[in-house]
Amino acid sequence: MKQKFNIIESTCVPLPLENVDTDQIIPARYLKETTREEKFFGAHLFQDWRFKADGQPNPAFVLNDPRYSGCILVAGRNFGNGSSREHAAWALAGYGFKVVISSFFADIHRQNELNNFVLPVTVDPAFLQELLDSITADPGTRVRVDVGNQTVTNLATGRTATFPLDAYKKYCLMNGLDDIDYLLAHKKEIEAYEIQHR
Amino acid sequence: MNTLFDKIWDAHVVHDTGAGPVQLYIDRLYCHEVTSPQAFEGLRLRGIGCLRPDKIFCMPDHNTPTHDQDKPIEDPVSRKQVETLAANARQFGLEHFGMMDPRNGVIHVVGPEQGLSLPGMTIVCGDSHTSTHGAVGAVSFGIGTSEVEMVLASQCILQQKPKSMRIRIEGKLGKGVTAKDIALYLMQQLTTSGATGYFVEYAGSTVRALSMEGRLTLCNLSIEMGARGGFIAPDEVTFAYLKGKPYAPKGEAWDQAVAQWKTLCSDEDAVFDREEVYDAAAIPPMITYGTNPGLGMAIDGTIPADAPAKALAYMDFRAGESLLGKPVDYVFLGACTNGRVEDFRAFASVVKGRKKAANITAWLVPGSWTVYRQIQAEGLDRVLADAGFELRQPGCSACLAMNDDKIPAGKYSVSTSNRNFEGRQGPGSRTLLASPLTAAAAAVTGVVTDPRTLL
Repeated sequence: MKQKFNIIESTCVPLPLENVDTDQIIPARYLKETTREEKFFGAHLFQDWRFKADGQPNPAFVLNDPRYSGCILVAGRNFGNGSSREHAAWALAGYGFKVVISSFFADIHRQNELNNFVLPVTVDPAFLQELLDSITADPGTRVRVDVGNQTVTNLATGRTATFPLDAYKKYCLMNGLDDIDYLLAHKKEIEAYEIQHR
Repeated sequence: MNTLFDKIWDAHVVHDTGAGPVQLYIDRLYCHEVTSPQAFEGLRLRGIGCLRPDKIFCMPDHNTPTHDQDKPIEDPVSRKQVETLAANARQFGLEHFGMMDPRNGVIHVVGPEQGLSLPGMTIVCGDSHTSTHGAVGAVSFGIGTSEVEMVLASQCILQQKPKSMRIRIEGKLGKGVTAKDIALYLMQQLTTSGATGYFVEYAGSTVRALSMEGRLTLCNLSIEMGARGGFIAPDEVTFAYLKGKPYAPKGEAWDQAVAQWKTLCSDEDAVFDREEVYDAAAIPPMITYGTNPGLGMAIDGTIPADAPAKALAYMDFRAGESLLGKPVDYVFLGACTNGRVEDFRAFASVVKGRKKAANITAWLVPGSWTVYRQIQAEGLDRVLADAGFELRQPGCSACLAMNDDKIPAGKYSVSTSNRNFEGRQGPGSRTLLASPLTAAAAAVTGVVTDPRTLL
């Protein structure tokens, strides 16, 4: 959902698994819906890890652990690999996540997050591990993400890191604009390109 | 000193934002029923249409059942999604190959075989396996639904230029080793994130010697190494494949196109951000044992000691063990990875004169009606029928559990598809990715079998 991003401060949900693929973020059977309603997909975020086969919550999965909450997901390396399904980004947004912190994101999913106002924050493996350790030691650990300055701070240790974000997407996030607004404003260039390449 | 990727990409830049991404012109957009409805809805909410409807082709494939396609789809949610695509194509004036249309099939099989995907093009689709079309010498990659909406609205996409990587494979492939094995080997070597951030050009004598079908399989699996896409510079194999295809240029236009396509290659002194070289002779028939496509090994190998415990627990395998002789429940031949006529030829070559094992449920699913007709024209359907196999109707089938073809929980499937993620082929399903030859070997023996013993 279009929204303006600047400073986000929250507790975190830890998911210290590597290679979390988009089939796990949202299984294919929930992709049949034609709705744009993020809440529908959010209800099925991590469905097969979060719920048992009988539909009851799986108490061993972190989203069902009452100690952890917040709008920041902290995940292991290579988050979002696999299918291009944007439903994965909708599910994260619909559940209420605004930020995902990982040491590595798969390309298409990273772009899908950005296009849905979920901020992918890439940090080095040491920062990630320290943050996971902080959260394990104290689930009340808070993290502050400053989009304008492109910094992320583990408030338990005070350690701050910078994260990559291109200037264009930063402007979009901070002003609540999406790519189509931009592209439609450049229709003349498109027509000129087509004439030149006819 | 440019790479082919640079040449195609740079020729499609409409405008540089100067702040990261460029506005890239798209020559071809494919839409399937799963990742497009929200994009079309977005156009309606904005009150706009498609800028260039003639560059956009739609077809359902993920939800389509592989039987009784002449009847309405039983699952009402699937039916609605398929009908929504047809209605959107009508409303926005787009070409639509519906179910039972003789051109219908899996998008990544149909695009090249219809001549809709051509050398030098930029091609996108809301599907990660769009990398497949790179086999014709195009820059082709998967996108999200917001990006589908961008292309519908403006025929452009905002995109940051990926880095370039060349993977050269040199030498002659061993007996029983296919393009699928090359790809599984590359994933095992590079891991599923090894090529993230890169666009891959496949080159070398081994790649040149691959048929178009083999090249399509190799490029299809680029995303499983994390790459944004993969492609192969066009050559005589490409031109021979495309000539006469329904949407390919004809007559004088064909000659002009080929002359232009022949210029599509990386310069001798092109500099890639990364280069990898592999020896074809080192590539064995492969099989996966884990829950991502990078967790593979030689079919006659043993599961490595450092295999992830979570993956082994899900698969109920142990480090150090061989998979040979393990009972199999399902065999799936098809998908955008291995649903082309060459794959059916390979499968038929193994099962010819043998019988399907009694414990095996086999789903043989052509990637398109065109492939289906080719199978019949070559008499492969009779070879398969004599061995106890029947052909199903085209679609994505058991690749991703969005239609009726689902592998039950706990069951083992030797599958020619592209992903072995937890639950990919149905909740609790256990997938072993392999080539059509290895799938056929399992289908006639009922257990994981080295196909070289049957060739």
